[in-house]
Amino acid sequence: MSVLLEVKNLKKYFKTPRGPLHAVDDINFKIKKGETLGLVGESGCGKSTTGRVVLRLIEATGGQVIFNGENILDYKKKQMAKFRENSQIVFQDPFASLNPRMSVSEIIAEPLIINKKAKGAAELGKKVADLMDTVGLASRLENVYPHELDGGRRQRIGIARVLALNPEFIVHDEPVSALDVSIQAQILNLLDELQRDKGLTYLFISHDLGVIKHVSNHIAVMYLGKIVEMSDYKSIFANPKHPYTKALLSAIPVPRVDDVKRERIILEGDVPSPINPPPGCRFYGRCFQRQDACKNTDPLLNEISSGHFVACHRCPRDE
Amino acid sequence: MSKNNENLLNIENLSIHFFIEEGTVAAVNDLNFSLKPGETIGLVGETGAGKTTTALGIMSLIQSPPGLVVDGSIIYDGRNLLELSEAEMRAVRGSQISMIFQDPMTSLNPVFPIRDQIAEVVMLHEKVTAAQAIQRAEEMLDKVGIRKERAKDFPHQFSGGMRQRVGIAIALACNPKLLIADEPTTALDVTIQAQVLELMKGLKEENNTSMIMITHDLGIVAEICDKVAIMYAGSVVETADKKELFNNPKHPYTIGLFNSIPDIEKDEEKLKPIKGLMPDPMNLPSGCSFHPRCDHAKPECSQKVPKHTQVNDGHYVRCLLFEEGGE
Amino acid sequence: MENQKPKKKRSQFLEVWRRFKRNPIALVGMGIIILQILLAVFADVIAPGDGWSPGFNMQDWGNSRQFPSAENWFGTDHLGRDVFNRIVHGSRISLQVGAVVVSISMIIGVTLGAVAGFFGGVADNIIMRIIDIILAVPNILLAIAISAALGPSLVNVMIAVGVGAIPAYARQVRAQVVSLREQEFVEAARSIGASNFRLIRRHIMPNAMSPIIIEATMGFATAIAVAAALSFIGLGLEPPTPEWGAMLSDGRRYMLAGYWHMTLFPGLAIAFVIFGINMMGDGLRDALDPKLRSGGMSKGRFEKLRRAQIALTNKGADTNVKK
Repeated sequence: MSVLLEVKNLKKYFKTPRGPLHAVDDINFKIKKGETLGLVGESGCGKSTTGRVVLRLIEATGGQVIFNGENILDYKKKQMAKFRENSQIVFQDPFASLNPRMSVSEIIAEPLIINKKAKGAAELGKKVADLMDTVGLASRLENVYPHELDGGRRQRIGIARVLALNPEFIVHDEPVSALDVSIQAQILNLLDELQRDKGLTYLFISHDLGVIKHVSNHIAVMYLGKIVEMSDYKSIFANPKHPYTKALLSAIPVPRVDDVKRERIILEGDVPSPINPPPGCRFYGRCFQRQDACKNTDPLLNEISSGHFVACHRCPRDE
Repeated sequence: MSKNNENLLNIENLSIHFFIEEGTVAAVNDLNFSLKPGETIGLVGETGAGKTTTALGIMSLIQSPPGLVVDGSIIYDGRNLLELSEAEMRAVRGSQISMIFQDPMTSLNPVFPIRDQIAEVVMLHEKVTAAQAIQRAEEMLDKVGIRKERAKDFPHQFSGGMRQRVGIAIALACNPKLLIADEPTTALDVTIQAQVLELMKGLKEENNTSMIMITHDLGIVAEICDKVAIMYAGSVVETADKKELFNNPKHPYTIGLFNSIPDIEKDEEKLKPIKGLMPDPMNLPSGCSFHPRCDHAKPECSQKVPKHTQVNDGHYVRCLLFEEGGE
Repeated sequence: MENQKPKKKRSQFLEVWRRFKRNPIALVGMGIIILQILLAVFADVIAPGDGWSPGFNMQDWGNSRQFPSAENWFGTDHLGRDVFNRIVHGSRISLQVGAVVVSISMIIGVTLGAVAGFFGGVADNIIMRIIDIILAVPNILLAIAISAALGPSLVNVMIAVGVGAIPAYARQVRAQVVSLREQEFVEAARSIGASNFRLIRRHIMPNAMSPIIIEATMGFATAIAVAAALSFIGLGLEPPTPEWGAMLSDGRRYMLAGYWHMTLFPGLAIAFVIFGINMMGDGLRDALDPKLRSGGMSKGRFEKLRRAQIALTNKGADTNVKK
């Protein structure tokens, strides 16, 4: 399948009084049409910023975002409006991402009104009703305000709003982390069905490796603004190479009581500040396999086997 | 449930309701569980299951009005906590039973150095001099892995994980017999969560502290608990020893919970979520409160409230499917 | 799940009203304001003119400076005019001043604040510095200066008082907009292509209105007070307009001679109305603040509710048993 989105050397630095904050620092990835790239990492690793820069909700500091063959970072206002219709974002917090003063139907109708996608009230009403049906919202809820609904239903409103414009590409920024597990599973299944039915392409951002594994075709692990490992979803879990990925995987509490003890890697310390990061590997300070070379040279993201990229001096290509 | 004198904590038929303008919120309904010294029980449930209300009930911290314990008993170390006066309860809180909160930032006072906050708890509950209290505080900080140089720092100077360590130090400063941890790692990243859980496990074993671990994450339960109580709509629907519950879950809700979690070690195509939503605690379904969402619901499930039924040694289920001579 | 009753549209207004009416003091305040509006509307009925002069200027020189009596409830002034009649007509002026001043200052202040808060940068700097300058001059001094420059008239009083009220709105709105601008739902609207104007109008302003409404209520009271003060020092309205401040000023000359009624009643009128508006404003703030929702229940009320509900559950349980 063809590549829908390609990100090249994307950078986003934020100005802070203490120096530039390297939120996203030179990352590269591709997403094929109809597939999902899972972006996983801990808080502050730059995964949410990446999602927003890719949609130009935040302006990039450098690099390219190539969507359907064109660099959207060069787009002028008119072209941007077209791109906005084609690419959407679902937010983490279904409580903050819906306007509390608008009813469910008003929220879902808004993209249609703004982009003049419906002629007359009747067509608008029908489109809203169809969208509510698609995401599994009962029609009796159309006049209800968001605060009267639970998190799962609110997240469905957010999804319906996003689908209104028939986008090709959706960024999901932690869409299920505010939800309870039983509701989370409902939403994940919904997203999965929508992707199949409409051939959608997803960039799925989450800190939850279980969720990421479930939804993704490929997974990229981020640490402090860099992608440290990227591969198809199976190899990341079956054969993690980067020490950070290994630690991350071993840190997840698994809901199972086996007699076999899992090997546990407990990292020392906290994630360092992304402001003025030192040269060398970003993971150096917490790495349990560090060597001298790591301190001064920043490892590049190398393809160590077909489709498996790792940024670590300890993982040579020939392994 | 079994009456056992060796139990440190025995909660029976506890019901806590909130009386508000709009109606009665039945937050905790006929809840039962018990805990032995040194044991850790995982209180598992989703938002609104009544986990935190139960914890606050044990601590006698239910704000009244609008909240009220309408029924039941909480026997701790032979005494019914519900019958203690506020002054007696104050002596229990913090020294006998203490609590770790989800967000350590809001439970720490921003204007005092962390060392002083730990010392304060010690001074409140034990007859010690200020110097002794501070010395104890420094020992506690050492135990939770915070370097001595940082003792005089303020809460905002610490990261989330470090702050939770301070929270643990405060909770354990008076060597309580029972520790209630309310989602202590939910706000933390996984690698930090692993550190904190490891620390809690170690300290708990060292002091033979009993613990109530409130969480929504069955993974954490597998990691740290001995027993599990699954909560739904304010009551315990299933309780058993960890191994038994994980390998042999009985209640349809428990099974549904396990099926909802994406498994990192398996490759499943589709998740099998529980249908429907958590019930409104102001308007709980009649009979078994899970029946509208249950795949095995029978007509009588909407009429009869299920009792605790023992299905295996120490494994109790509240479901009509398992009731003796069930219709 | 499916047989749940359909949810009906519950307006935000009704929700606020439900909370507002629980507060007795606020209701008293609202009663005072309604009374004043009624007085203003029916002034010509309550205190009619005689065909020659309007109700507030019927002079009767032979009957001047009379103390309150059954004939003249609040007595008469130095020109023999009935003080009660003048106060009734004066409520028109007060309402007019309050309404116009609040409208002008709110529209200008809210617009400036929204622009400054939403766009930030240079626009923010310029607008807020001008606001700071206005704020640096005490309100009453500013009103006196403008009034003195423009000359005494109703419109000029309104302008003088209105300018001083702009900063309060501008700052409130700016603070609200700055925090709302960063909210996810605004970002969400932007991501579906909403224009800046739409973002402000549809997403930001409706969520910023509560404090503005409260500010406006309080501003109404301030406007009446400042207008009265201007008239008191002779910079307000020309005689024979029955402005309460001007009446106060007229009466002051006779106060030491023992004609207390000429100052007492206009003074009470001013105090009464301002008290009413402020009480209502307080109630409104509580009603509009969702954080206070369901709080503030008295112990007695809680007990009553609890008993009623327990009785209800017991009754339900009893009937079940009987069946």
